[in-house]
Amino acid sequence: MSKINLSIRTESDISEAVRQSRAMAGRLGFSTTSAYYIATAASELAANLWIHAGGGVITLQRLDGKGGMELTTIDHGPGIADIDRALEDGFSTANGLGCGLPGVKRLMDELDIASFPGVRTEIKARKWL
Amino acid sequence: MKVPIIRLGKVLLVSIQVDLTDAAALQFQQDLINRISETEALGVAIDITSLDVVDSYMARVINDTASMARLLGAEVVISGVQPFVALALVEMGRELINVDCVFNLEQALKKLEVTIAARGDRGMGRDSYEG
Repeated sequence: MSKINLSIRTESDISEAVRQSRAMAGRLGFSTTSAYYIATAASELAANLWIHAGGGVITLQRLDGKGGMELTTIDHGPGIADIDRALEDGFSTANGLGCGLPGVKRLMDELDIASFPGVRTEIKARKWL
Repeated sequence: MKVPIIRLGKVLLVSIQVDLTDAAALQFQQDLINRISETEALGVAIDITSLDVVDSYMARVINDTASMARLLGAEVVISGVQPFVALALVEMGRELINVDCVFNLEQALKKLEVTIAARGDRGMGRDSYEG
């Protein structure tokens, strides 16, 4: 399977996303360390969907070409008003540690965020083999 | 899922086996502070050997729990941080686990014993420390 869609509706869906992303990263040939990084990033992103957006969908996908894996989340929650700020260390709107998204950025190779507050937010995080 | 809290003398042992959901984390924190105040525990060992992915939320739960326990007067030690958890937490960029850490539960108990002895209030609880 090179693409898995997971709906994050309850908190236990987060653990499922973690398990699936780690398994997929392993299958795609990532090192154990990278597979855990990807799983941690997936945990962070899926938790964000649940905590900030009231649910959403996370897609785990193989990237062809130079080879890699992409995590995509799509939600229709309040959105991210200030993306630059959301990527700053220590910034948190929901009493977190303020290192969720900056953490994901460091764990993965690329992070793209497109947010139309109140309409749709899409986050893509990629890691190359 | 309820996290079992085991009493061993003046120390409480907790092993977190699965990712805690927000509700379960709150329940766990409440149970733990109740047990600490009931037993006047002087130390708490939290073992996270079974957690192989710890994100910033889980790290926050662990940190917050440790802070609550400390406010009540109990020392806290975390044991069993997995190598990949340590790598990912450091890579994420901040000191996510702001608590004393040791390799295993045995060392956690030793460390608690020493820390509690150094506090000099070993005999203050309802019964003496047996750990």
